[in-house]
Amino acid sequence: MINKLVLENLKHRPVRTMLSIFAIAIEVTMILTLVGLSRGMLDESARRARGVGADIWIRPPGSSAISFSSAPMSEGLVRFFSEQPHVTVATGTIAQPIGGIDTVTGVDLEQFSRLSGGFRFLSGGPFQGQDDILVDERYAKQNGLKVGSYVKLLNKQWRISGIFESGKLARMVMPLRRLQELTGNTGKLTQIFVKLDDPKLTNDTLRLFKAKLPDYAIYSVEEFTSLFSVNNVPGLKQFIYVVILISVIVGFLVVFLSMYTAVLERTREIGILKSLGAGPGYILAILVRETLMLAAIGSLLGIALSYGTRWLILEFAGATLTAMVTPDWWPTTTLIAVAGAVMGALYPGWKAIKQDALEALSYE
Amino acid sequence: MSKSGSLISIQGLGKVYRVGEVHVEALRGVDLEVTAGEFVAICGPSGSGKSTLFHILGGLTPPSSGSVSIDGTDLAKMTDSGRTNMRKTKVGFVFQKYNLLPTLSARDNIAIARHIAGKPLEHDEWFAEVLDLLGISGRLDHKPRAMSGGEQQRVAIARAIVNHPAILLADEPTGNLDTKNSDTVLNVLRGLNERLGQTILMITHNPEAAAYGHRTVNMRDGQIVY
Repeated sequence: MINKLVLENLKHRPVRTMLSIFAIAIEVTMILTLVGLSRGMLDESARRARGVGADIWIRPPGSSAISFSSAPMSEGLVRFFSEQPHVTVATGTIAQPIGGIDTVTGVDLEQFSRLSGGFRFLSGGPFQGQDDILVDERYAKQNGLKVGSYVKLLNKQWRISGIFESGKLARMVMPLRRLQELTGNTGKLTQIFVKLDDPKLTNDTLRLFKAKLPDYAIYSVEEFTSLFSVNNVPGLKQFIYVVILISVIVGFLVVFLSMYTAVLERTREIGILKSLGAGPGYILAILVRETLMLAAIGSLLGIALSYGTRWLILEFAGATLTAMVTPDWWPTTTLIAVAGAVMGALYPGWKAIKQDALEALSYE
Repeated sequence: MSKSGSLISIQGLGKVYRVGEVHVEALRGVDLEVTAGEFVAICGPSGSGKSTLFHILGGLTPPSSGSVSIDGTDLAKMTDSGRTNMRKTKVGFVFQKYNLLPTLSARDNIAIARHIAGKPLEHDEWFAEVLDLLGISGRLDHKPRAMSGGEQQRVAIARAIVNHPAILLADEPTGNLDTKNSDTVLNVLRGLNERLGQTILMITHNPEAAAYGHRTVNMRDGQIVY
């Protein structure tokens, strides 16, 4: 009977009901999109790192796995690693930030092909000249680029000589020497990749490298990709918490306002229920169930909307941003939405319980 | 039953309201006995205290002094929660403004009174007879906005008696109705009293309406003046 009353109450004020549901849905979508975006970006970076095909990954001393540092390592280290036992290929790249979180990567294509099997070109091919650039399919799609198109980077026009399948190393690749020269990093590298003749020897070789170069950050590829997590990005976890807090406050305020208005509007009806013998528990049950219904529908809609935001991100910013669907967060966001909504219903509920039946019955 | 076989026994009833700094004496030593099965009309001008008397009898507000007993239960000694429980089964209200829940159908308006009282939603044969008597059997699936004032008031009456209350309190039940609907509602009340033995107390300004009762109690300035 209470459920019927709740349902009829919600149907009776469709605009308010829809607004409340939509606000809760946005709260849920905000959280899911942020988490999906964080995870998607990190997952994509890890995927591209794995796509390199290296067994060991070397970063400069004092660097973190996830950083946009330029080129502090000497190119001479490539020769050093090449001469170590069981190393079949060692090659280095330079990553240059070009604004925001985008980077362009300088690569020695011949060495990189030996390491990774090379890029799989969807159109065009390797560099034809010093000012050629390769881009992956997502970057090309987002920016409407084709082989032969020009793109401006580092205050220069670059001709696209090839478009390759996404998922390997980077989105934009240019000749190593040219990028070193343009950025004043001649002879310097950002990272070095090493391939072994037998991947089972990775741990032994890793120990050897670390013993010889104790200051450098040296990882197996598994170690390196495992570092691409929310916990390892400085400030990201805190940022997610802040967004969750803001979402909870938004949900709380919307439900508070909605329920407060509902209680005021239904003052007379609450009086009627009290005249029929409804106690505080009964009145509160109506409001709480109404709130829970709003939160449940809002959460479902929010989950559905998160697919929409993911589509928008991939469609319009797929080269820069990657978003994932995160079903494991659905229960958490639903709980967050429900908690915010129930908190928002507490004061209106208390007000309804405390309402004097006689005053309520005479309310116009 | 309380002493002398009365269903309702009121002695020395007083009620003082506090409005800001001012104390308003709404009832001043009311004495009244009502036996089971009586249909009593209570008349009096505005401010005479008849609504306050109803609100106390209905457990909507506690008395300030004196004693009020309904079916052997002393309201003066009841807590808020005790009075709430009493409203579930011992008292049924009919208001001038019908006071139906606008979002529910007539059937559900009646059913919710059963639900609040913790009784099964399905009513018994006795109540089917009541619905026929009220003439609303065919209107139960309509919402209040689709019903006339007379129909709404008859639904309110059905809701008020669905839990077999000891007394039915009707506060100006025909105050918002035209003559035809007023007659219908008053005949329904009299029918309930005569055929089912329902005890009824009805507030009215209208002497013609009061004539439907077995007796009329007149009030003035918070007292019964007969």
